[in-house]
Amino acid sequence: MTDPVATQIEDKFTYQASSEPGTVDMMVNMGPQHPATHGVFRMELRVDGEQIQDVVPHIGYLHRGSEKLCEHELYSQIITLFDRFDYVSNFNNELVIVSAVEKLMGVEPPPRAELIRIIMCEFNRIASHLLFYGTFAIDMGAITPVLYNFRDREKIQSLFESVSGARMMHNYFRVGGVKEDVKDDFTSRALALCDELERGVDETDKLLTENEIFVERTTGIGVISGEDALDWGLSGPVLRASGVPYDVRVDEPYSRYSELDFGIPVGSAGDCWDRFYLRILEARESLSIIRQAMALLEPGDTMAQIRRIARPPAGEVYAHCENPRGDLGVYIVSDGGERPYRLKVRPPSFCNLQALKDLTVGHYIADAVVILGTLDIVLGEVDR
Amino acid sequence: MLSGLKGLGVTLRGALRPKVTTEYPKEHLPIDERFMGFPALTWDSNRVEPYCTGCMVCVRYCPTQCMSAQMKDNDKFVEGDSHRKKIIESFEINLSRCILCGICVDVCNFDAIEMSHEHERSERLRNANRVDLPELLEMGKKYQAEVRWKQSKPSPASPNEKAEIKAVSEAKKASEADSEATNKQSEAPDSGEDAA
Repeated sequence: MTDPVATQIEDKFTYQASSEPGTVDMMVNMGPQHPATHGVFRMELRVDGEQIQDVVPHIGYLHRGSEKLCEHELYSQIITLFDRFDYVSNFNNELVIVSAVEKLMGVEPPPRAELIRIIMCEFNRIASHLLFYGTFAIDMGAITPVLYNFRDREKIQSLFESVSGARMMHNYFRVGGVKEDVKDDFTSRALALCDELERGVDETDKLLTENEIFVERTTGIGVISGEDALDWGLSGPVLRASGVPYDVRVDEPYSRYSELDFGIPVGSAGDCWDRFYLRILEARESLSIIRQAMALLEPGDTMAQIRRIARPPAGEVYAHCENPRGDLGVYIVSDGGERPYRLKVRPPSFCNLQALKDLTVGHYIADAVVILGTLDIVLGEVDR
Repeated sequence: MLSGLKGLGVTLRGALRPKVTTEYPKEHLPIDERFMGFPALTWDSNRVEPYCTGCMVCVRYCPTQCMSAQMKDNDKFVEGDSHRKKIIESFEINLSRCILCGICVDVCNFDAIEMSHEHERSERLRNANRVDLPELLEMGKKYQAEVRWKQSKPSPASPNEKAEIKAVSEAKKASEADSEATNKQSEAPDSGEDAA
């Protein structure tokens, strides 16, 4: 033990213990009702002083059996369940199930519908990242950014409301297109919102990135190398912060992402600061994607000519998309009926959470909160 | 000193910023036209009856099984005032179960159900938030007035209207024939008798 604080204490007090000498590790229970766990997540920490020796995560408090429920629902009804997986990036979740069923059926949605989907997904990515900046800052005691970020996120949600009719649980994407076309004032509204969001992201960047305390708290904390990250099966910003340029939008382009020109920010150190700053850069990339997609938007159909009840042929399919949290995949086995025979989800939050022990052991309790914050888990997706 | 002034500047700018929050119970944010509140049944003011025929398609497609409906024979059809052979007798939605997904509106063939703007409903008991047919229609009427609701396609004619149309068209035909006959009468008097 080379902890300077601990050695100081040892020097000051010389124990005249009559019984056996030595210290015992303490178990600290964090959660499930802890504000920093972002939901109902429990960690059992074995601590030596303030240093974490072992972490045992407990999940399942939000388990709703969604995968099993999907076997009893029509494909159109499953979309409502996917809204509730990762409940801060609903459009991205809808895109995965919808594109999986389309892949199985061999349906091509009209180009306009695909662009509307991309615009909605990228706006949702920004909304999700804005929530991350705010809650991450709150985990470290910075109260201000979350208020600004929520202000901007509300604007995105108002735009969603004018498009889909709901602020969070949209049920807007359909197998073969989208529910209805956007309103006439959508283009002007979305472009104006892009400018506002750019200012909002810059403001967060200014408030947090240049903050000395913030940099001290995050640099060199929770480091994971690129090889380890790949071994753990991490994806999304957590993987890219470790220097692995893997993004489904580029490596396996779906929808119309191949027509758009955008970069993938990649970190180098793989620490908490990289994971945070990467998301700031990603939000800016998303804004550029939205602007390009808006320029490509042309009037046309928003729904392919298919039957109202999707009935894919017997077979199996795996489709995955880049969510704000990582690579969300869906595996569907169909027996040719109206309902899937089996549906399996590969949730990015759950997979990213696996690296928690590697990241936290050896750090202080206060850092465990920071590390969990940068993993940016959503318990709705971890537990399903 | 300088940093203190800077801080004051930030505070001043913050104080002069427009307010972004609304004090919810006192103030309400404007509701978008497409906003999906609780589902409501629409009212056909031409026929003075609901659009809903109780075909149960929404009940079958509801992901949470929050609705139940029952149909009956339409008296107005027998009288000839309506084109609907069947009409809704009772309709109940458990709003505590409803997830506001809008699938019922998508699948409805008669424009009979719409997502209204009603969203502020809370009850003290677990199952108290059930609404029956009169209340659903009341919600629907309010919504229809709010958004100046229009039917997506006109409803077919009722038996009485059909008879009326038939009578009108026959009368028209007859008058045309008459006028033709009178026109022709001046040229050839025989053809007028044939038409009659």
